Amino acid sequence: MAAIATVRKLPRTTWLISAVAVAVTVVIGLSVGAVAIAPMDAFKEVLSHLTNDKVVSPLSETDSTIIWNLRLPRVLLALVVGSMLSSAGCAYQGAFRNPLADPYLLGVSAGAGLGATIVIFTRSENSRWELPLAAFVGALAAVMLTYLLGRSAIVGRSSTSLVLAGVAVASMLTALQTLLQQRNTDKIREVYSWVLGRLSTAGWGDLRLVTPYILVCITVLILYRRVLDIFSVGDEEAHTMGLAVGKARAAIIVAASLGTAAAVSVTGLIGFVGIIVPHTVRLVVGHSYRSLLPLATIFGGVFLVLADVIARTVLAPQEISIGVVTALIGAPFFLFILGSSRHGSIT
Amino acid sequence: MTTLSVSNLNVSLADKEVVKNFSVELSVGDWVCVIGPNGAGKSSMLRALAGIVESTGEMHIDQKDLRKLNQKARACWIAYVAQEPVMPQGMSVFNYVMLGRTAHLNMLASESARDVEVTNYVIDEIGLHDFVDRDVATLSGGERQRVAIARALAQASPIVLLDEPTTALDVGYQQDVLELIDRLRKEKKIAVISTMHDLTVSGLYPDRLMLLSEGKTVEQGEAKKVLTSATINEHYGASVEVLDSPNGPIVIPVRPNN
Repeated sequence: MAAIATVRKLPRTTWLISAVAVAVTVVIGLSVGAVAIAPMDAFKEVLSHLTNDKVVSPLSETDSTIIWNLRLPRVLLALVVGSMLSSAGCAYQGAFRNPLADPYLLGVSAGAGLGATIVIFTRSENSRWELPLAAFVGALAAVMLTYLLGRSAIVGRSSTSLVLAGVAVASMLTALQTLLQQRNTDKIREVYSWVLGRLSTAGWGDLRLVTPYILVCITVLILYRRVLDIFSVGDEEAHTMGLAVGKARAAIIVAASLGTAAAVSVTGLIGFVGIIVPHTVRLVVGHSYRSLLPLATIFGGVFLVLADVIARTVLAPQEISIGVVTALIGAPFFLFILGSSRHGSIT
Repeated sequence: MTTLSVSNLNVSLADKEVVKNFSVELSVGDWVCVIGPNGAGKSSMLRALAGIVESTGEMHIDQKDLRKLNQKARACWIAYVAQEPVMPQGMSVFNYVMLGRTAHLNMLASESARDVEVTNYVIDEIGLHDFVDRDVATLSGGERQRVAIARALAQASPIVLLDEPTTALDVGYQQDVLELIDRLRKEKKIAVISTMHDLTVSGLYPDRLMLLSEGKTVEQGEAKKVLTSATINEHYGASVEVLDSPNGPIVIPVRPNN
C-alpha cells in the first residue's frame, strides 16, 4: 500500500513566525518616531492600560499620551487597514483569476476619491465624519454601479465584463473628480493628500469606526479561501463541479468592497498593499488560497505598519504620504522576492 | 440502475441553433460516443448536459428532472471533463483531484477525512501515486487528461461527460486514457458520453456511436452501422475507405478522384 497523501498544511512554525512578526512590528511602530521610546517601556505602557495600572508604566505623562493616544491607534489602524487591503486584493486575484487585480479593481478608489473630493470642496467647516462617510458611500456606490453594468453585460459566465465595467466606471468617476479639481484649484492639495493616503490623523475614533466592518469582511474572505482555489480552474469547470460561481463571486465582491470602502474612508487611498503583499506571500508559500489568504491578511497589516514607521521617520519631523512609501519600498522588495523565488512566476 | 435520458435537447448560441432535437438514453456501464465534423454541435451538446450553456428539452436521471436541481445537486449526478482542462499553476495533483469533492461539500466547509480518503482512493485507482505532489501545470498532455479524469471520478457522479479526451494526445497516451475510461466505466459503473475526433478510435471502445451533422443526429448505432464510407462522405465531405477488422471498422482517408 502506497503512502497516503493528504492535504498539505503549512507547518505550525509559520503561524508562530507570523504572530511574532505582528508583535514585533507593533512594538516597533510604538517606539519609533519623533520621540524615541524604548520598546520595553512602550510595551509596559500598553500593558498598564490593559491591566488597569496593575503594571506600572515607566513613562512620563507626555510619553504616555504619545503612546496611548497617538501611536497605538495609528499602529492598530495601519494593522487592520493593511490586512483588509491585502486580503481584498488577494481575494480579487483569485475570484477574477487576474494577477493584476487589487482591491480597487471594481471602482472603489475612484468612487471614494470622488466622494472625498466633493466633501472637501463643498464643506465650509471641518466636520470629522463627513469625509469618511462620503468616501465610504462613494466607494460602495461605484462598486454597485460596476456590478449592475457588468452583470447585465455578462454573456455566459465570464467575469471579464465585470472587470471591464470596473475600468469604465473608474475612468468616468476619476474624470468627474478631475473636473471638480480643475474648478477648485485652491483645495487640490487637500484632495491630493487624501488620494495618497495618510494615517497621521488616526485616532481611536477612526479605529472604532472601521474595525468592526473590517473584521467581519476579513472573516468572510477567509471563509471563502477554499472556494478561491476552486475558482482557479475557471468559471466553467468550477460550475460543473457544483460551485455556485456567481453567488460565490458576489459574496467575495461584497466582502472585499465593503471592507476596502471602510478602510479607505479613514485612511485615503493607500495603493500597492493589495497587490504587492499577496504576490510576495504567494512567491514564498505557493498559490493555494488556503494558506495564502490568511498569511496575506497578516502580512498586509505588518507591511503597512512598517511602511507607516518609515513614512513618519525618514523626513522627520515631516511625514511623507504612506502611498509613496508603500510603492517606493514595496515595489523593489517585491521585485527582489520575484527574482529569488523558488515558486517562479506568479500567474 | 441509473439511467440518463435526454430528449429533444436544443441548444442555441447567438440565435443560431447548434444542437437540434438531440435525444439519448444510457445506463451506467454504457459508453456513447458522439462524432461529427467540426461545428456539428458535439461540444455544445456536452456543455448543455453539463449545465454550462443554456438549453431546452428534457433531461432526466431515473425520473429525476435534472432541470429542477441546483448546480451542486446536478454535479453529484454529472461530471464533466473539458477538452483542455485548466491546470492552475502551483496546485498539486492531490489538491486538484480533491477539487472533485466540491459537489459534496457546503460552500464554506473544508474537506473532511472522508473526502481525503476518496481522493486517495481515486489516486490509487488511476495510479497517480508518483506525482501527487507535482504541480499540475507541469504535467504533460496525457498526464493532464488522467488527473482531470481522476477529478471527475472523485466527484463520484454516475454520469461522466468527456469532451475529446484524446485529441491532443499521441497514440500511446491515447490508448492509455481510453483503456482507463473503458475500465472505469465497467468497474465503477459509470455511464460515459464522450465526443471524439478520430473515427477509427471511436469505433474501438464505445458501445454506440452517434453522428451529429449540423446539430442533427443523422446516424446512430454500432460502429459498423455508422462508420460507412457513404455516411462519412456525406457528412464530413471526405473520401474514405472503410476496412473491416475484428476490432471494428478502420477508416482510411484516400485522395479524392482516385
